[in-house]
Amino acid sequence: MMHSLKQIFPRHDLIAFAILAAILAIVFPLTMDIFRLNLVGKYLTYAFVALGLVLCWGYGGILSLGQGIFFGLGGYCMAMFLKLEASSPENTAIQSTPGIPDFMDWNQLTELPWFWEPFHSLPFTLFAVIAVPTVFAFFIGVAMFKRRVGGVYFAIITQAIAAILTILIIGQQGFTGGVNGITDLRTFLGWDIRTDSAKYLLYFVNLVLLFICLVIAQCVRKNKLGRILVAMRVREERVRFSGYDVSNFKIFVFCLGALFSALGGAMFTLQVGFMSPTFVGIVPSIEMVILCAVGGRLSILGAIYGALLVNFAKTSFSETFPELWLFAMGALFISVVLFFPNGLASLYQEYVLPWIKARFKPRVKTKPEAKVESKAKPQPELSEATDDSANLPAGARYEN
Amino acid sequence: MKTNDFVLAVEGLTVSFDGFKAVNDLSLYVDEGEIRVIIGPNGAGKTTVLDLICGRTKSTSGSIKFRDKELTKMSEHQIVHAGVGRKFQNPSIYEDLTVFENLELSYPKGRSVFGALFFRRDQAVINQVKAIAESIFLADLLDKPAGLLSHGQKQWLEIGMLLIQEPDLLMLDEPVAGMSVAERKKTAELLKRITKGRSVVVIEHDMQFAEEIADRVTVLHQGQVLSEGSMERVQNDPKVIEVYLGH
Repeated sequence: MMHSLKQIFPRHDLIAFAILAAILAIVFPLTMDIFRLNLVGKYLTYAFVALGLVLCWGYGGILSLGQGIFFGLGGYCMAMFLKLEASSPENTAIQSTPGIPDFMDWNQLTELPWFWEPFHSLPFTLFAVIAVPTVFAFFIGVAMFKRRVGGVYFAIITQAIAAILTILIIGQQGFTGGVNGITDLRTFLGWDIRTDSAKYLLYFVNLVLLFICLVIAQCVRKNKLGRILVAMRVREERVRFSGYDVSNFKIFVFCLGALFSALGGAMFTLQVGFMSPTFVGIVPSIEMVILCAVGGRLSILGAIYGALLVNFAKTSFSETFPELWLFAMGALFISVVLFFPNGLASLYQEYVLPWIKARFKPRVKTKPEAKVESKAKPQPELSEATDDSANLPAGARYEN
Repeated sequence: MKTNDFVLAVEGLTVSFDGFKAVNDLSLYVDEGEIRVIIGPNGAGKTTVLDLICGRTKSTSGSIKFRDKELTKMSEHQIVHAGVGRKFQNPSIYEDLTVFENLELSYPKGRSVFGALFFRRDQAVINQVKAIAESIFLADLLDKPAGLLSHGQKQWLEIGMLLIQEPDLLMLDEPVAGMSVAERKKTAELLKRITKGRSVVVIEHDMQFAEEIADRVTVLHQGQVLSEGSMERVQNDPKVIEVYLGH
């Protein structure tokens, strides 16, 4: 057991995980006010999606441009539970039909639709957060991969599904809250999620979930399944002739990606306090691919750093030039693809790591990594963006 | 004749690509333990026959029986599980993985999703990989990414990936193509060693090499069997001479 644990978590990966944990769990909470920390929490919900994309796209070669579907489904499941709790008959006494969500009342609904009923129950909701998106992904996966639909066609179809789902949500206003989404969420089992202390707690819950997902991703990546994914990415046909049913592996990794996204979506709803179709459609889905590409699509930790960096940039940039953000995002994506196809993780791998090695190799051999990280920051020859990537620890290698 | 005397019995096999019959009503029987070499001019349908047997191409009509199992209805991985292994013409290996990992992936264990998820690299796997690596001259290169191997080494690696699957029927598509003289010699040696006690179908252009290993030779021409028998008989068959020298 110890042996296999070591195989899954080699020393440098363990250190890399520890550094990320320290940044997220200690440095950020100590240095940021709750408003900023809550923002980081929101960014980290996208990191779940980016992490799923690393496995799907980076490892398995399945580019999904519809991860917003699963983020949204997870988020909506959670939002339905919270909305029902916020719509108790006392809270909604002024409505013509008290006890149903406000938007239903505005749309002349007089009764809670049947599919909303089970969301009164928390266990069902938690189950649905996980099961609904995963099962949906399973059906998409079976329909596509068993027929050997892949590559660009798969990407386009996922995009189409994202568009369809958005249109459906917006069109069915009475059932879904329409374009505004499900808003005005207040309490979780009577516990006010809008207070600062709740936000702190949710941030840490989010973090724990993220690290569970990271550990799962690391296990997948480091065992035979991960190697099959890598093999599949380049030589799908050869994998068949090694005796594997390729479609099953694709379905599995696609479902896993969906599951991660759904957890992110549910945590988004809890931390931000609403869910709307703007997080389901094509644009957010593509943004999530960009997060993954910027971080490095072969690096699970790179995905987290990518999600944080791009969203920090987005927030600060769009505060100053709101209209320009989309162009900046596009430019960022194009330049990453052109110049650093393996994202920030490859910058770390190609420039920072050799520099560290060259500097520290002649020194004591026992604890090189520990020293490395403390001195990795002052990088004279690297730009600002790479300075941040110096934080990308040794585990964030762009190659498996 | 009963088909179960043969390890492989192909009967009336036809495949048509938009009306063009690449393989036309072909019948072929391979005995248990036989080494069969398929030769023929370009476009004769040699590779297509292998594609059909291993499930890469679906036949239009006809049957392929491997030990009484009908292969035409099975998918590629099922055919592999049944015991048919295939080496492609261009070395088809996993460049991003190391030599060790290439061989390990081909090891016939943990082939389902959850099997792979809980696959353990135990001593049996390691020993087997090392033994195979030894026999394909790559024992010192286990940790090297396969993409960095030379062309000949890649060919060997793919042969090794086949061997570790322990197939009952081995199909090799031009195993010595593009090799240096020294590599070719080593490969011939390797093939002679591994083909012992197995049923093998080889496509080969190199006549000398074919003569060395073949029990029987099948000459294909325009998707049909032109001639079949010992190398000597085939070489003296006027129809074969006509096809090879006639134009």
